[in-house]
Amino acid sequence: MPEYKKPLPILDSDSVLFWEACKRHELLIQQCEECGSYRYPPRPICPNCFSLKARWNTSSGRGEVYTFTVARVPLTPEWAPDVPYVVGVIQLDEGIRIVSNVVGCKPEDITIGMPVDVTFDDVTDTITLPRFKPARENSQ
Amino acid sequence: MANLKDTCAVAGIGETRFGVFPGSTNASLNIQACKLAIEDAGLTKDDVDGLLSQKPYFEPTFLWSTLLGNRMGLSLKYTADLDVGGATPVAMVQHAVMAIQAGLCSVVVCTFGEAMRSQGRKPGWNFMTRTREYEEPFGLLMPTHAYAMACRRHMYEYGTTSEQLGAVAITCRKHASMNNNAQQRMPITMKEYLASRMFADPFRLLDICQVTDGGAAVVVTSSERARHLKHAPVYISGMGNGHTGIGVGWFPSMTTTAAKESAGMAFEMAGVKPEDIDVAELYDCFTYTVLVTLEDYGFCKKGEGGPFVEEGHIELGARIPVNTHGGLLSQGHIDGMNHITEAVKQLRGDGGLAQVTDAEIAAVSGNGGDLSTHTTLVLRR
Repeated sequence: MPEYKKPLPILDSDSVLFWEACKRHELLIQQCEECGSYRYPPRPICPNCFSLKARWNTSSGRGEVYTFTVARVPLTPEWAPDVPYVVGVIQLDEGIRIVSNVVGCKPEDITIGMPVDVTFDDVTDTITLPRFKPARENSQ
Repeated sequence: MANLKDTCAVAGIGETRFGVFPGSTNASLNIQACKLAIEDAGLTKDDVDGLLSQKPYFEPTFLWSTLLGNRMGLSLKYTADLDVGGATPVAMVQHAVMAIQAGLCSVVVCTFGEAMRSQGRKPGWNFMTRTREYEEPFGLLMPTHAYAMACRRHMYEYGTTSEQLGAVAITCRKHASMNNNAQQRMPITMKEYLASRMFADPFRLLDICQVTDGGAAVVVTSSERARHLKHAPVYISGMGNGHTGIGVGWFPSMTTTAAKESAGMAFEMAGVKPEDIDVAELYDCFTYTVLVTLEDYGFCKKGEGGPFVEEGHIELGARIPVNTHGGLLSQGHIDGMNHITEAVKQLRGDGGLAQVTDAEIAAVSGNGGDLSTHTTLVLRR
């Protein structure tokens, strides 16, 4: 694999389970064991009820585009091959939002509300990023 | 908090030249601005016993306010670096009022200066690494990307158009054209706005603020003391805060911001309504920030910011002149400290060609992060 120079996630005790699951092509989201709220990004405490107890659930990986932008100018040279790329906020069916990319379609075909599914991109030997692609028609 | 109303005043302001100055240092820009502000107040360095600053965005520093105070030979009883992003300059003035009224000190200089243009982003120093840990891997690398997404959501919910964003950029540039300390003074047309390079949809280059070398500072003291100084005091009548959080993607709303709570608090303390305000200096990192702040401050209804700016209501001589100095969009990114110095000029009647007739009450907004933090001042003469 060629050297990957773009920013990578920080793997620490708060985040490692999430990123290890991505490596297995599984989208895990935290759910509070006390009040049942889902949360993202991962963190050690429930922002709703302040409980420290949480479980990890597998997300459906389905959602819709809440909003997006098309980055057309690379901030640093390593992004040059990627532009134009789409950064989007995806509202997952579980009700929480994730910042990611919309891939697999032209930027001009993306609309707010468009259904999307997670897709996993193995960017290095150890890191996999969850991105989103247009949902297949007739998907459940 | 109402008991702090009008207890303190801005007694002095200082601005360096704003623009591109490759030889300047972050320290020198702060120090020049502080000297100008102290002298503008008719004070000397020995009168100053408080110093508030904000660390430069692009230089790792430790004990920055202590360093600046030491370089200037100040004897300080109270000093601190504050960080609520672009909401910090307004927050500094609020902290100055609190420190003075708590009896910790009597004359506080609030300063921001940075050679952001000439000595900004460098390889190996990224102050956002932890803040954007769930954004940067996906290429959300800068505020432009985040605000663009919030703006698109506003367009979706309320039908806001590119031309309406353009009206904000054009107005700021028109006001900057009257200001001999503005980085960009050449007026722009809607055609030029629409033709400017698309940077991060829906933002074009002209939706994005300048990156500027410069510094600005203000001197805050008790109203009683200010009344015996060189200029008529500009009273600090209202102070407000609102804080949403980190990561625009996770906010409950991208189209109603913490500006609403912040302005509500400040207007209540000052006893004013939006219609009482003669001039508004609104933090304008992007055109959208002005549009949403106008709505959240109550200058127009939610969702009507687009038509409001398109109808010209934020221009000089109109209903609520906004960013009479040209703002961050055209005068320069001095983190909004220039919004405070401009409001003081307006209330002193020193607004030059962009003077708002009989300006008595001004609102100033600060906004930090990705619509993360918001601060408000109501100032009056």
